[in-house]
Amino acid sequence: MAHKSIFMSMLADDRGGKIFLSLLAIVTIVLPLLNLAVAQDSAFHISTFTITLMGKYLCYALLAIALDLVWGYCGILSLGHAAFFALGGYAMGMYLMRQIGDRGVYGNPELPDFMVFLNWESLPWYWYGFDQFWFAMLMAMLIPGVLAYLFGWLAFRSRVTGVYLSIITQALTYALMLAFFRNEMGFGGNNGLTDFKEILGFSLQQDATRVGLFVITALMLAIGYLVSRFIVTSKLGRVVVAVRDAEDRARFIGYKVESFKLWVFVFSAVLAGIAGALYVPQVGIINPGEFSPLNSIELVVWVAVGGRGLLYGAVLGAILVNFSKTYLTAALPEVWLFALGALFIIVTVFLPKGIVGLLQQMKARKVKEQKNESP
Amino acid sequence: MKALDQVREVMRRDRVFNFMAQGQHPVIKGKVDVSKDIILYLESVSVSFDGFKAINDLDLYINDGELRCIIGPNGAGKTTMMDIITGKTRPDEGSVYFGQTMDLTKMSEYEIASAGIGRKFQKPTIFPEHTVFENLELAMEADKRVWITLFARLTPAQNDRIHEVLQTIMLEQHAELKARHLSHGQKQWLEIGMLLMQNPRVLLVDEPIAGMTHQETEKTAELLTGLAGEHSVVVVEHDMEFVRSIAKTVTVLHEGHVLAEGSMDEVQNNPKVIEVYLGE
Repeated sequence: MAHKSIFMSMLADDRGGKIFLSLLAIVTIVLPLLNLAVAQDSAFHISTFTITLMGKYLCYALLAIALDLVWGYCGILSLGHAAFFALGGYAMGMYLMRQIGDRGVYGNPELPDFMVFLNWESLPWYWYGFDQFWFAMLMAMLIPGVLAYLFGWLAFRSRVTGVYLSIITQALTYALMLAFFRNEMGFGGNNGLTDFKEILGFSLQQDATRVGLFVITALMLAIGYLVSRFIVTSKLGRVVVAVRDAEDRARFIGYKVESFKLWVFVFSAVLAGIAGALYVPQVGIINPGEFSPLNSIELVVWVAVGGRGLLYGAVLGAILVNFSKTYLTAALPEVWLFALGALFIIVTVFLPKGIVGLLQQMKARKVKEQKNESP
Repeated sequence: MKALDQVREVMRRDRVFNFMAQGQHPVIKGKVDVSKDIILYLESVSVSFDGFKAINDLDLYINDGELRCIIGPNGAGKTTMMDIITGKTRPDEGSVYFGQTMDLTKMSEYEIASAGIGRKFQKPTIFPEHTVFENLELAMEADKRVWITLFARLTPAQNDRIHEVLQTIMLEQHAELKARHLSHGQKQWLEIGMLLMQNPRVLLVDEPIAGMTHQETEKTAELLTGLAGEHSVVVVEHDMEFVRSIAKTVTVLHEGHVLAEGSMDEVQNNPKVIEVYLGE
């Protein structure tokens, strides 16, 4: 019961969070039913394609929450957060590659196709263990976490902040992209990892598996949201916001500011890694393009559009922007980049707190008007 | 030969090991060694910025439990002195000790703060997006390590303590208000309240009454004098009337150096001080 009371108090004044979680629950129950239980020729049938697309959005939403924690709450504008997402994705990709076994084009039971193609004799040491699901999942969290720890430790200890930090994070993701592009790295180079067959014995081509992945993603998003919510409503969350607003003050009342920044940064990277690991089996490929600096910048736009400093704002932004991206890139492909740029400008100039901020403002105005009318 | 020298160095009987020596003691809150009745030592401290000597061979001793006012013209090094004590600026030369054992020049800001030195900035610095209550909660004396902070819950005693301080600083009815909505004077009070929550041994207070009304000033004077005794209070202030109303001992700084020290009357009649303040 104690757990329940903590859970309730966490969401007590989080109306947006409650709405988001309810919607998520409905979608998670209804969509799979409409896909699996409704006949294909019925008007209510939802295609597996749509389910996978939704699953993709939910991964992005989890990534957006991760960025919102460091940017919206801690004030660290990371322009390289997609790197952690991609690293988590690669860990999952490596597991899926090993699952292919001898069903690859070259039929080598040990080596993935691209290694056979490169005339490699044996598996590089850093591929060991990735045939185990638990190990790969551990690495999907550990590798982004360790990288974030090393990077953050160096950066925060030297008190690198603001735009300088943003530039280094951008450099980090760019450097990783270049490194992963090289064939010698042993991650499939340009083509990345693809042609996956199955996960934990379930075929990735089957509808049921895809629906299962969608449900797991939704579940992880809900858990990620709740854990993040726990963090931002804890005293640590308040310290982190304090660091954002008045770093010196926080330091002079006895908080080791670097440690708090580092903690949030590492947690956020782990969350991003989980999002990446969920993303890869659904889209069926991971390549160095995921490290592209543009991805990280787009991620910042999602959070800005939704409303930074509010977890459900980040979720809303991620889903909204990606929905429009899917729509626009199909309907008017040449417009999308302009739309993205315009969106960013509009949000920065007119909606500093994003859509959620706008809604709150409108609500506050309404309450004020009612107050003025009543007496 | 070198190894032998090192062995000899280690075996010397006239001194303790380096790691046991001064300043290397673990920082334990509330364990300030004031056996000599002096809580803060600044000895021949100098610091310069781009060739400008902000602090020049400064010697200053603060007794345990005293209320000391520091005055001086602009650029005398008052704020730099506070920066040095709190670890924001490192001195080029000289030593700064907290009690007998803690070498402040080797400690970082948060270590100094948790060792028991609290500071109020010249410009009121509070957390604007937190409520007044939360501002005090954050400042509260507690274990401020990351994981412990994550799971920290407010105990009833801590809650009472916050309300006590809210009353002292007269912000009780604004407890749930975001701090950025407070007036300038109220922000000053909130910052003083945050200092109280930290329960430090030494309070460094930089221009506490700027932007305060006459009544608020009086109340501040009362509060600061009340704190002395249990805490040591160092106040930097320009307002002579205010200084006169609270200070027993006044230190005059000029060009990063102590010009005069003594009671307000002594200091005001000191010819050197008159020269600095009034010109020739």
